[in-house]
Amino acid sequence: MTSRASHLAVATFAGTPFVRRKERNEMVAKCFFGMMAAAMIVPLILIVGYIVVQGWPLLSWEFLTTNPRGGGVRGGVWSALIGTLYLVGFSLLISAPIGVLAAVYLNEYARDNWFTRVVNLAVVNLAGVPSIVHGLFGLGAFVYFANLNEGKKSIIAAALTLAVMTLPVIIASTKEALSSVPVSFREACWNVGATRWQTIWRIVLPNSISGILTGVILQVSRTAGETAPVMLTGVTTWKMIESTGWLLYHPVKDQCMALSMHLYYIATQASGAPKALPFAIATVLVGAVVLVNATAIIFRIYLRSRKKW
Amino acid sequence: MTSKRGTLDLLSERAIEALIRLCGISAILFVFGIFFFVFREGAPFLRHLDLGEFLFSKSWIPTSQTVPKYGVGALIVGSLSVTAVAMAIAVPFGLGAAVFISEFCGRKTKETLKIVIELLAAIPSVVWGFVGLSVMSPLLINTFHTPIGVNMLNGALLLALMSVPIMVSIGEDALKAVPDSFREAAIALGATRWQMVYRVLLPASKNGLLAAVLLGVGRAIGETMAVLMATGHSVRIPTSIFDPVRTLTATIAAELGETSKGSDHYQVLFLIGVLLFTITFIVNLTADLVVKGIRKQ
Amino acid sequence: MPNPNVSTFSASVGAPPVSPKVEVRDLRLAYGAKEVLHGISFHIDPNEILGVIGPAQSGKTSLLRCVNRTIDFTASARTSGVVKVDGEDVRTLRDVYGLRRKIGMVAPLPVGLPLSIYDNVAFAPRAAGLRDKGRLNDLVERCLTQAALWDEVKDRLDSLGTKLSGGQQQRLTIARALSHEPEILCLDEFSIAIDPVTTMRIEDVLKELRRNMTIILVTNLVQQARRLANRTMFLWNGEIIEIDRTEAMFSDSPKDKRTYDYVNGIFG
Repeated sequence: MTSRASHLAVATFAGTPFVRRKERNEMVAKCFFGMMAAAMIVPLILIVGYIVVQGWPLLSWEFLTTNPRGGGVRGGVWSALIGTLYLVGFSLLISAPIGVLAAVYLNEYARDNWFTRVVNLAVVNLAGVPSIVHGLFGLGAFVYFANLNEGKKSIIAAALTLAVMTLPVIIASTKEALSSVPVSFREACWNVGATRWQTIWRIVLPNSISGILTGVILQVSRTAGETAPVMLTGVTTWKMIESTGWLLYHPVKDQCMALSMHLYYIATQASGAPKALPFAIATVLVGAVVLVNATAIIFRIYLRSRKKW
Repeated sequence: MTSKRGTLDLLSERAIEALIRLCGISAILFVFGIFFFVFREGAPFLRHLDLGEFLFSKSWIPTSQTVPKYGVGALIVGSLSVTAVAMAIAVPFGLGAAVFISEFCGRKTKETLKIVIELLAAIPSVVWGFVGLSVMSPLLINTFHTPIGVNMLNGALLLALMSVPIMVSIGEDALKAVPDSFREAAIALGATRWQMVYRVLLPASKNGLLAAVLLGVGRAIGETMAVLMATGHSVRIPTSIFDPVRTLTATIAAELGETSKGSDHYQVLFLIGVLLFTITFIVNLTADLVVKGIRKQ
Repeated sequence: MPNPNVSTFSASVGAPPVSPKVEVRDLRLAYGAKEVLHGISFHIDPNEILGVIGPAQSGKTSLLRCVNRTIDFTASARTSGVVKVDGEDVRTLRDVYGLRRKIGMVAPLPVGLPLSIYDNVAFAPRAAGLRDKGRLNDLVERCLTQAALWDEVKDRLDSLGTKLSGGQQQRLTIARALSHEPEILCLDEFSIAIDPVTTMRIEDVLKELRRNMTIILVTNLVQQARRLANRTMFLWNGEIIEIDRTEAMFSDSPKDKRTYDYVNGIFG
């Protein structure tokens, strides 16, 4: 709107000193704010580029699929990769259903009263709790109090901690997806005698599932990179995969390695690691995160293109 | 048939509704749960704790064999100073970027920038920490000829990059909420866009922008891995931005693994957790109230 | 222009009283502190078309929402009084979904659910527990035929209901309202978003439908009430100004002067 208005002015009074000054002013403003935006993007590209270039010599299919050896300084990242998968998978199995239902409650059932405001406030604050405090909570609640693995850290305790941590974000993104379904659809359903739940199950959820899934996928990428909460509750620096039965790790009894923790360990504490190793691990971690993010973004664009109303 | 079906409907509806309500209040349960369980582990030590000394003393010598000292004053100063420097960098850039995205660029650029911001937000904090350690540190040493590269400025730069995404997205929402008629009126009065931003947009959206900044602050105070790896991790009151510092979060992350359950040191670390929880709770509550304030207007 | 159908029906007014299909006594409705219905009372006989006319914001839509209790979804709404459907008070009813199935509701703006045309119509019967494929097929065809839409869509029942034109979507909405075989059909300004030709087609449909159901026709077009309704109610600012046989309401001397003014376009 605004740009069209100024465009018109330029066309009519083109060339007068006033307009020229105004145009210059416009350019300066645009460049100024553009540089602000560029200041975020350039470091991102430089940093990611630098990491990839430094890590490149070590990267190979082998690197992904072999276990670390020699205290982590040789070999690949296989057990860390699988550990991260376990943590993300189990935590989402727990947080996605609870988060989606909680969002359904807030968007479809909750009335506009003080209680709802308190719930919303709790969601906002839960999202703001520092990750290390989540770690302390997981340690106190799941490792010691619930005693899931005889007072020791375990994958399931870490996954539960991550689940609590991801819950508010899933609630927020699901709420947004749900509220994009027009109210008139719900009213039409109620008018023909459908119950609230039938309405939600047959109309609201099917038409917001794309938004919900996008939120969940984005959450995968955030969860995969978390370090502080899991290092207190279930992740260790050194744990090989033993093929026991059909699971690589035993989720209740085992601790696991994780890419994020592996990077921290190699970068700060391991001695004798080749210089490229932490860069290679960082590349794998960032690569996984970007891949998941890209999937979510493409998914969102695709679904937006075939909207049903 | 109708009435039987009706009863069944009502019953299953009730059951599902109960489940949904339970999930709905889970957020409250978890917030209380977090406070309860973190407090529970740290509480026994409160009996021998002088709160004034705990908060204001700057000697943190938890591993001393003879007289361990648990003063987190220096750690609080560390957390706050890193956050302050980070905000000094991030606020102008974050809000400037929000203005650019909302006012100065076309649809395509906007979509692209938003995707980039999403990616920026997705980079794990441990990767940022690693960047601080292996990229920024040598860079800082070479540029400013400081003896140590892992210092407050290093951590602050990382925190700035990490908290920019949330500021941009909340700030852009706030700017979007300013009605178009304000912009048109300003342009019609002959204001340049520069003037429009300064005189019209920023005042009109100041609450939302403030909330954006507060959420950025919350994010920065709570950040752990990046500051653990990049700020140098030494307990002291910093005198310049090139001094290494240590934060509350980093202390917990670094030391908890070395304590035994139930020891004084262990309990104090949980009390630091309670302190962090309280600080971020207040910051987020304020941000939320500020946001609610805009909605009411 | 007197309608022959209407006069044959209004002959039953003098007949021994039948129990009313819908009975409303002293209904009050408030949204928060603002009362929008100030204690209204009327009844509707079976197989009657009751026209409800009145300016915007008179409480016409709120009245319909009280009858099928979708008013429950507005948190601030408080009602008092009696609303009886088939002699049962809906305000204390347990099976509210059964009640809503008894009532077909057509909203002012057409709402095609984001489902296929077939699923749009089959939605309510399925929600009520009907699974039999053959019966569903029959039902969908019958409802779409009744709503004068079958011929236009019978070859593309799988396409999305939301992609139909406005007029088609409104007929789809009517077909959906008929799909749970309601005994009462409420139409809320159904012609507001559709063209006159489609409006006339739907009006013809309504004339057919009144043989086996009771119809409440809320309308912003007073002439529409005149064409279709047996009796007409004039609702204004949450009060019934007058309710009477349609001919009487549209005659030169209705009981209340305001009725005359409104139907002749002098105010409102």
